[in-house]
Amino acid sequence: MQNMQNMQKIDFLPRRTFLAHLVSSSAFLIGARAAGLDFTGATTGELVSDADKAAWNPNVYLGIEPDGRVILIMHRSEMGTGSRSVLPMVLAEELDADWKQVTLEQAIGDQKYGSQNTDGSCSIRDFYDTFREAGATARLMLERAAAAKWGVSAAECRVANHFVVHAPTKRKLGFGELATLARQQPVPRKEELRFKSRADYRYVGKHLPTADRDSLVNGTGIFGIDATMPGMVHASIERSPVFGGKLKSYDDKEAKTVRGVLQTVTIPDLAGPTMFQPLGGVAVIANSTWAAAKGREKLKVEWTESPNAGYDSSKFRQTLLETVRQPQKVVRNVGDVDAAFAKATNIHEAEYYAPHLSHAPMEPVAAVAEYKDGRVVCHANTQNPQAVQDTVAQALGIDKKNVECHVTLLGGGFGRKSKPDYVAEAALLSKAVGKPVKVTWSREDDIRFDYYHTVAAMYMKAAIGERGKPTAWLQRVAYPSIGTTFNPAATHAEAFEMMMGWNDVPFDIPNHRAENGPAKNHVRIGWLRSVANIYQAFAVHSFLDELAHLAKRDSLEYLLDLLGAPRIVKLDNNYINHGKSQDQYPLDIGRMRNVVEMAAEKSGWAKKRPGAGRALGIAAHRSFLTYVAAAVEVEVDQSGRVSIPNIEIAVDAGTIINPDRVRSQFEGAGVFGASIALMSGITAKNGMIEQSNFHDYRVARINEAPRQVNVHILNSSAPPAGVGEPGVPPVIPAICNAIAAATGRRIRELPVGRQLA
Amino acid sequence: MIQLTVNGQKRQFDGDPEMPLLWYLREELQYTGTKYGCGQGLCGACTVHVNGKAVRSCQTLMSSAAGQSITTIEGLSATASHPVQQAWRNHDVPQCGYCQSGQIMQAAALLREKPRPTDAEIDAAMKGNICRCGTYQRIRAAIRDASGQTVKGAR
Repeated sequence: MQNMQNMQKIDFLPRRTFLAHLVSSSAFLIGARAAGLDFTGATTGELVSDADKAAWNPNVYLGIEPDGRVILIMHRSEMGTGSRSVLPMVLAEELDADWKQVTLEQAIGDQKYGSQNTDGSCSIRDFYDTFREAGATARLMLERAAAAKWGVSAAECRVANHFVVHAPTKRKLGFGELATLARQQPVPRKEELRFKSRADYRYVGKHLPTADRDSLVNGTGIFGIDATMPGMVHASIERSPVFGGKLKSYDDKEAKTVRGVLQTVTIPDLAGPTMFQPLGGVAVIANSTWAAAKGREKLKVEWTESPNAGYDSSKFRQTLLETVRQPQKVVRNVGDVDAAFAKATNIHEAEYYAPHLSHAPMEPVAAVAEYKDGRVVCHANTQNPQAVQDTVAQALGIDKKNVECHVTLLGGGFGRKSKPDYVAEAALLSKAVGKPVKVTWSREDDIRFDYYHTVAAMYMKAAIGERGKPTAWLQRVAYPSIGTTFNPAATHAEAFEMMMGWNDVPFDIPNHRAENGPAKNHVRIGWLRSVANIYQAFAVHSFLDELAHLAKRDSLEYLLDLLGAPRIVKLDNNYINHGKSQDQYPLDIGRMRNVVEMAAEKSGWAKKRPGAGRALGIAAHRSFLTYVAAAVEVEVDQSGRVSIPNIEIAVDAGTIINPDRVRSQFEGAGVFGASIALMSGITAKNGMIEQSNFHDYRVARINEAPRQVNVHILNSSAPPAGVGEPGVPPVIPAICNAIAAATGRRIRELPVGRQLA
Repeated sequence: MIQLTVNGQKRQFDGDPEMPLLWYLREELQYTGTKYGCGQGLCGACTVHVNGKAVRSCQTLMSSAAGQSITTIEGLSATASHPVQQAWRNHDVPQCGYCQSGQIMQAAALLREKPRPTDAEIDAAMKGNICRCGTYQRIRAAIRDASGQTVKGAR
């Protein structure tokens, strides 16, 4: 169990172990190169992909067939962020393949690919170099194969669009013709590889249509909820409404009278650390999803009283606020905050609060699994097929090599689908009934039994000096940590949570202290798109704007003043920085200022003055190693209803592969952020979650979302950073700052809801 | 025995008349382009056409589908070349894509009734269809495009 816990923790904490992942993916590549001499190539597992089976597979990420077809392995999951559309462009670019002759194969879960955990906005960041290397390696081997065949110097042979060309004689050979010859070439050392210059890029930096565009427009794309296995039956699972409640008794007589219901099966109560284990419960097995759900309604189930039965959000809010009013564990200290406060004549304090959130991907979690002869084959909408292998293996007491996980398209993920409890449910039920079982969570299951984004309180304090600029800044936060999901005794935030906008606040303030207080979890806590940045950035960037208003200074000018001169801010050595060195990915105030100035300029900041309930707000935040500024225009009507006519977002995410997918992610971040700022919230009473579906867990609709989000990508040759998540954090405080400018009302608690009514 | 037409084909159903059309389409006919999202008519992922009108299939019982003509995303056009689908491709609307069948069916029904909808009419018609990825501005642009109107804020 301990081993399992560590393993999964590593997998879920990629921020801590990105380097380890990189090393491992490179190691696989090198191992694959060595094995590339062999026809069976890089295949280390028992299962062979089409790319592995190709005439030549220079490494685990691609294969080339004699007909010239290049099969690229996509080992990351597609949940809308464009992984499947973007990462292959990198490989095809360095290989100089003809995009029309490239096909994609979705990888099953297999550690030979390195981390497959599509999470933390890291697909490009962590695999850009690996994929470039994979492409360049194959390209060089193709050139050498052609040179050997023609008896010429390899230096005279160059790949050009799926051919190797011998320039002096204008002879050429296609990739397909060279595949079996290339296989015999020694695998080049890394130092021998040549990489294309950016000027020669044909794909990277260009807009290519998304890989799954057609299947998503004609309805043929297969999501987890669409996956089938021959002879499968369907399950709907009743779980304890309070986290930690155990099955006391149940009566399934009436349930079994429902037409189509076959039997009921219990899933054992959750024991030990939560991790990705099923919650336990009573499953109704039926011959259709509908019959299973109808049968479940007729179940009579009693649960034991859970220690979490007293969980009440309004009381817990007070507990968190009381915690942050007291001194807590120091997580970052610069200068002497206490001395500065002692001397100060002008002090400003504020408390902020943000509720639990639910991921609510449009597609609930779903999986179909078959247990047979000690092996499990499953199809799931998972962000992390290797965690599926681990979790299913643990639940069934089998070796993870005997878990074959096929990854479908994901109808949204946002972090929920990297926790594969639902796949273990399907596997356990299949073992019990002796048939493949499909588990489809209802929307009510999704909202009531989530791994919730945590609830947080923040206390902020500043000593105000000349021109309203802080001479000292104290920030204190408390929330149930994601760590509680892996270690029930965890009290404080994990280092990776502190990394997300708490112990890296980059303002030019001489005395600064960040603290973190304890909190206990009463529900499963998980990571949701942008994670701890959401509430931490909300408090920091709202408080900054409060200080600007107090000083009667322009918010933009004040923000730039607090950022200070362009410089590199050196963070503590133990700052995780998403596993990247601060030399490679420094915290660069120059880049932050650039996005702020770009967003402000595009918004017409200098010309626009607040009026008639309409105003601009701005905030800038670095997360996932990407710099983002959002300038938001809001309109607040007489009834206190907020609308958002426009958002200008400026982004510096380093090297960009597909600018259109970057734009789409930030357009979506504007909407996701608006939902969090204005309307979404999960609350508990008597230990039970009060929301259940989209009528009471509200997310932005077309008429409530920002009307237009314009995305401005700064040109950069810096190493690639994250794109999927970093847009969300600055949008939320920027909306609240705009509301303050428009109405004079400061939003200190999310969501805005009817606070302005 | 319930008789109905789905994507031009006559079908018969003798199961639970209270079963929503959604599950019949998905599990009996394998038209899985129609998605489950909420089961309460709150999100629009299950939108299909019943006699040409956009309807939530999760709220349509099989008993009330009797004698009706149903069109799903798979039947919207033989070659996925409906103007709305073409516009969706041109604007690269989908992110995860899960809600898009419902969005497309809703948009196609809108354009049948109002060939040149205003932005306010687009919002009114589409507000029942949630997209959690937040593709709304591209949806609006694609609908304008499909209706032959100029696209504001085009890429």
